[in-house]
Amino acid sequence: MKKTGVGMCLVLHPTGRKGGGDPSQAIIQLKPDGSLLLKVGAVDHGQGALTILRQVAAEAMDVDISTVYASNRSDDLAPLSAGSAASRVTLVDPHAVVAAANDLKAKIAAFAAHRLEIDAENVELAEGKAFAKDNPHHHMTFAEIGMIANLGQGVILVGTGAWQPAPVQGHDPETGYLDQESVISFGCCVAEVSVDTGTGEVDVTKVVQVWEVGKAINPLLVKQQINGGLQIGLGFALRENLFPHYPDPAHGIESLADYAVPTFMDYPPELIHGIEEVPHPMGVKGAKGFSEGSATAPGPAIISAIHDAVGVWIHEVPATPEVVLRALEAKERDGATDYWSHQERSAWLA
Amino acid sequence: MTHILSFTLNGAPVQALVKTSDSLLDVLREKLDVTSPKRGCDSGDCGACTVMLEGKAVRACLTCALTVEGKQVVTVEGLSHNGKLQPLQEAFVSHGGSQCGFCTSGMLVSATALLAKNPHPQRHEIAQEMSGNLCRCGCYEEITQAILDTARKGD
Repeated sequence: MKKTGVGMCLVLHPTGRKGGGDPSQAIIQLKPDGSLLLKVGAVDHGQGALTILRQVAAEAMDVDISTVYASNRSDDLAPLSAGSAASRVTLVDPHAVVAAANDLKAKIAAFAAHRLEIDAENVELAEGKAFAKDNPHHHMTFAEIGMIANLGQGVILVGTGAWQPAPVQGHDPETGYLDQESVISFGCCVAEVSVDTGTGEVDVTKVVQVWEVGKAINPLLVKQQINGGLQIGLGFALRENLFPHYPDPAHGIESLADYAVPTFMDYPPELIHGIEEVPHPMGVKGAKGFSEGSATAPGPAIISAIHDAVGVWIHEVPATPEVVLRALEAKERDGATDYWSHQERSAWLA
Repeated sequence: MTHILSFTLNGAPVQALVKTSDSLLDVLREKLDVTSPKRGCDSGDCGACTVMLEGKAVRACLTCALTVEGKQVVTVEGLSHNGKLQPLQEAFVSHGGSQCGFCTSGMLVSATALLAKNPHPQRHEIAQEMSGNLCRCGCYEEITQAILDTARKGD
């Protein structure tokens, strides 16, 4: 018999690594063709860190994003960053990029003022050009500036920027305020499951996830992170068994292929995502990080949905068909509404 | 023992000196420098090395190189023409069907083979047909939408 149930999980996900200082640096260099080379320390392993930082640099410099190249190839060569962790990149690193852009803009303005024979205060930069405020036709493009500076005059135009959040204050016992946790993204996952009481198999039939991210600098990347987080959470809840004989470590997994990563077949036929925006004062444009949080919500939502469907709290993951069947058996036998399989297993071993 | 293997790769004739034990993936990546088929698991689990052999999606890591003698092999490079992306590739871009990109070439080849076989797949058919391609970033929903979108626009 198939029983359906619905479960929900709410997540408060602190972003940034403020307790540890969380420094960030960026370098932007004007190339001879007028394009920009952005050097950052954040690593992009597919979540889009470089895309976000290129977007921020392009907007701060007022150029097209296609002319901004980003590099983070190696820690040995990259500016300092606390790294792609703690959902911090979108919150912290853009500050350094904006500072580097402002530094470079001042240098370009000074260089252009000299070439255009006007005061530096009279130079304005927009749309990849430097021009006189009182006479916009009197201008140079970034390509011209880059060519003359790099190849004609042997000058390097490079902006540097660094940023770090204010030192953290200790925990305030009166209000409960804790500085390290002051930037929080809020998420919600609602999962609908169908539990086969004959086989113990759990099908996730519908998932709705909504995240409040401050400001979605790139909504497509936010969507990918929300929907992609489900894969981690779903695997965690139902499939990926690191130690199948826990507490006995025997037959622990040895490679990614050994534990069953969710496939297309495991994704729910209905998957809905939502993005809420409440700009945060600490973020550039109000943006916060959130991505890791999206992996945490689906697991508890699915386990709650199983409880809603069959009336048993499964206190371990993954809730594989074996675990669910044993939980249903225990409920039938003892009326138990809570289930820990390793306790049962430990009892057999004793 | 070595042999001279001749086949058609993305429309052009190619030759390579191969060992009897070489897989098609070995030949593509190491002899012909075509690195879009990825060596994920090298045991047929992940689908990152999927290529089309005579129009059918196969695992390059499980295909003995010598069996493709005289046959047509297409990798993701062969999907676009003169730098112009196919509608399916465009849909992958617009729906965000790729994050780290490791699975992407295999996904595109599998999806192309799926649409060639079944131009109007239902959602569950896509899930079934594509389930041999794993994506650890979790782009399944985006890829499914991209395939559905391409099928809709193909009318």
